[in-house]
Amino acid sequence: MVEIQLKSGADFEGFRQAVRSLLENGTTPENVAWGNSDARERFNVAPENSATRISLPADVVSLAKLVVCHTDPERYGLLYDLIWRVKHGERHLLDVACDPTVHRLERMRKAIARDIHKMHAFVRFQSTPSDDGERFVAWFEPQFFILHEASSFFVSRFPSFAWSILTPLGSLHWNRHQLTAGGPASKSDLKAPEDEFEKGWIEYYRSTFNPARLNTKLMRAEMPKRYWQNLPEASAMGDMIRAAARRVDDMLEAPPSISIKRSPERALLRSTGSPPLSLEALNEIITASDAFVPGGTRAVLGEGPLRPDLAFIGEQPGDQEDIQGRPFVGPAGAIFDRALAASGISRAECYITNAVKHFKYEQRGKRRIHQTPTHGEIKHYRWWLQEELKIVQPKLVVALGASAAFALAGRPVKVSESRGLTKFDTVPAVLTIHPSYILRLQDKAQAETEFAKFVADLNLARACLAEAA
Amino acid sequence: MAMTLFEKLPILADAAKYDASCASSGGPKHKAKQGGLGSTTGAGICHSYTPDGRCVSLLKILLTNYCLYDCAYCINRRSSNVRRARFSVDEVVTLTTEFYKRNYIEGLFLSSGIIRSADYTMEQMMLVAKKLRREHGFAGYIHLKTIPEASPWLIEQAGLWADRLSINLELSRETSLRKLAPEKNAETIQFAMRQTGERIAEAKKEKRRFSPAGQSTQIIVGADDASDLDVLRSSSRMYEKYKLKRVYYSGFSPIPDASKALPVKAPPLVREHRLYQADWLLRYYEFSIEDLASASDDGMLDLGIDPKFAWALKHREAFPVDVNTAAREMLLRVPGLGKRAVDQIISSRRHHRLRAEDIRRLSPGFKRALPFLIAADHHSTALLDRLDLRSRIAPSQQLELF
Repeated sequence: MVEIQLKSGADFEGFRQAVRSLLENGTTPENVAWGNSDARERFNVAPENSATRISLPADVVSLAKLVVCHTDPERYGLLYDLIWRVKHGERHLLDVACDPTVHRLERMRKAIARDIHKMHAFVRFQSTPSDDGERFVAWFEPQFFILHEASSFFVSRFPSFAWSILTPLGSLHWNRHQLTAGGPASKSDLKAPEDEFEKGWIEYYRSTFNPARLNTKLMRAEMPKRYWQNLPEASAMGDMIRAAARRVDDMLEAPPSISIKRSPERALLRSTGSPPLSLEALNEIITASDAFVPGGTRAVLGEGPLRPDLAFIGEQPGDQEDIQGRPFVGPAGAIFDRALAASGISRAECYITNAVKHFKYEQRGKRRIHQTPTHGEIKHYRWWLQEELKIVQPKLVVALGASAAFALAGRPVKVSESRGLTKFDTVPAVLTIHPSYILRLQDKAQAETEFAKFVADLNLARACLAEAA
Repeated sequence: MAMTLFEKLPILADAAKYDASCASSGGPKHKAKQGGLGSTTGAGICHSYTPDGRCVSLLKILLTNYCLYDCAYCINRRSSNVRRARFSVDEVVTLTTEFYKRNYIEGLFLSSGIIRSADYTMEQMMLVAKKLRREHGFAGYIHLKTIPEASPWLIEQAGLWADRLSINLELSRETSLRKLAPEKNAETIQFAMRQTGERIAEAKKEKRRFSPAGQSTQIIVGADDASDLDVLRSSSRMYEKYKLKRVYYSGFSPIPDASKALPVKAPPLVREHRLYQADWLLRYYEFSIEDLASASDDGMLDLGIDPKFAWALKHREAFPVDVNTAAREMLLRVPGLGKRAVDQIISSRRHHRLRAEDIRRLSPGFKRALPFLIAADHHSTALLDRLDLRSRIAPSQQLELF
């Protein structure tokens, strides 16, 4: 018989060392006696790290890490039994949830997980003055040895202020950078001055309770009584339960109320979402809103007269547009201007805007690299474009490129397939390329050809207008 | 004299408590960046329970309980005589962060009465969320109750800051909505749900953040004469069409200062519970609306037993089911077997033949399940044919189980 003595509490390291050497020596579970206490030295366990590491399925290891936190004196024996069988032909033993050992370990794991969960839920910090300004301190009494397993949650949730959690089994201290473990504490170690937010919390707890649904059994199942002593809100429970029945009777007996005010017809009319009626009002909303794309320092608004013959819709502002706050003023804008001139269209008489109002880019060193907006991103902006066109009322819309076409149609449109005269909803339109396409062409001759085609599309738009007139 | 923060809190918490949704779950895990505050755990945490057995997870408050609308079922309708109050954006931000730092809550559930205009109100709510995220690096959970009458671009912005958006349907029938909530409009509600659903799906596909914990809604039960099946039909439609994460059922509860248009008596709380069970069957147990229809009488679920058991009693020919060979969807139909137990049965039976004793260890509902099962050492047809099967396995106190 091999006797193993582990430290009190959750001694995962000690258990791991013991398992390594027991397996190495081929000691069967029946021949191991597990005990734990602080007083005695460990017996029969080889010095740390001397035994060879063993490999185990990940779910077995994570189960063991939790189960060692239990207080059941049989926990190590059961775990070793499991590990022995896993190493001797029953590799998938954990899948057999109905196996008596697996089932018992699983129930222990559940109890531990629940205790950890309840600690995450029921720790209540109190603000206390300290050397570094303010420290949030809590007193908590867990059921099992879970302090270590439960700690990372608090670190990732409350990284930016100092806090301590005191328990009868040990304490945790966080100083904004590092977590340190301290010794056992007692409730009297926590001295916090009165806190108005704690009082507010108890008031909130009272108010959020619906007396018509009193169900203390359900409450007790979820919030066992043994946690109550450290929950400030529990002090209000007694009154709330006692008064519930009377409050419900009062509600039922009260006569139905009669409206004290007349119907506020005009306010109601105003209250339903009416669209902005002017371009200024719309632009104000757009300017005040956040970008729906990464990057975007400011909204670049449309410009031009109302009721124009032509409205040009681009994709989104670029680097220059974002700096100057105007559409089509960068390199693509220069090509656009050249094409307008070639087809005899006066830019000042057209309305020019973009589907997406912010510059989507990725910073690479000093450069801001244009990123094509996704369909979802274009849809965020689509409402505004629709309102904008409703107010501007152009005779004909020119969609510059696929993003503009998507924004107008609300579905993907291929420029190569639908180029030329088309319609978006009921608005007559011409679909053509975005001038930046010409900019990207390396081959000069090809760029010339594409430029000529672009001008031809603009001429087509003009011809349509003449025809309609 | 102006009310203080802590004088307003009870009024605006009381005004919000009839909204059943409390979940802080459903989103991806997320934690604060340096200097920030908070995390979301994926599963959510209930920080306390009130004596009604309900979980306190989020600080559930209204921005204001002044309201232009006059919805009969709502304590905040304009014709009600309740005390009114209004938080400023900063006050809500302070309450949220200070409560959060003391570990009272998982985050904020913010709703509001409609003041000035739908757009104005929605914008104020959106500003609370934005301020929490931007100025406090708040990474806790934020649930914003969307106002469907607000302009669509405000929904687009709310989704940038919130973990979950919700739009309350409140009443499953359009006629009830017209009668009890004259300022609301079913089409407007559906339009906003569709918009939100589309945006959530697009953002997920494009790996952007937009209401990552999805959208939900609430239906009030018992304030009109809609049957359980009416309610479940509209839920199932919404799950399908707008990809809702959850539908909450709120058993109409008597409110102080009630309107004349309302029934005097509340429906039994167990009705709400049965609806949740049926909803669960729709979403996780591969039940269809037709299945639920066949488990109910005149469109109403049986209050005495759960809907899965009710279905099984009416379809005895489908049983007994052999735990060692049956397909997953048939095991899911067995009363008393939960989804988890079914999964464990399937993984266990790969390794050995299951006996009744094994099932007992896997399922707390073992006793109810047994008459519907065949195991290696158990075959029950005699019980199944008994007319008193219901009373034999459904103890009369089941009515209290909720």
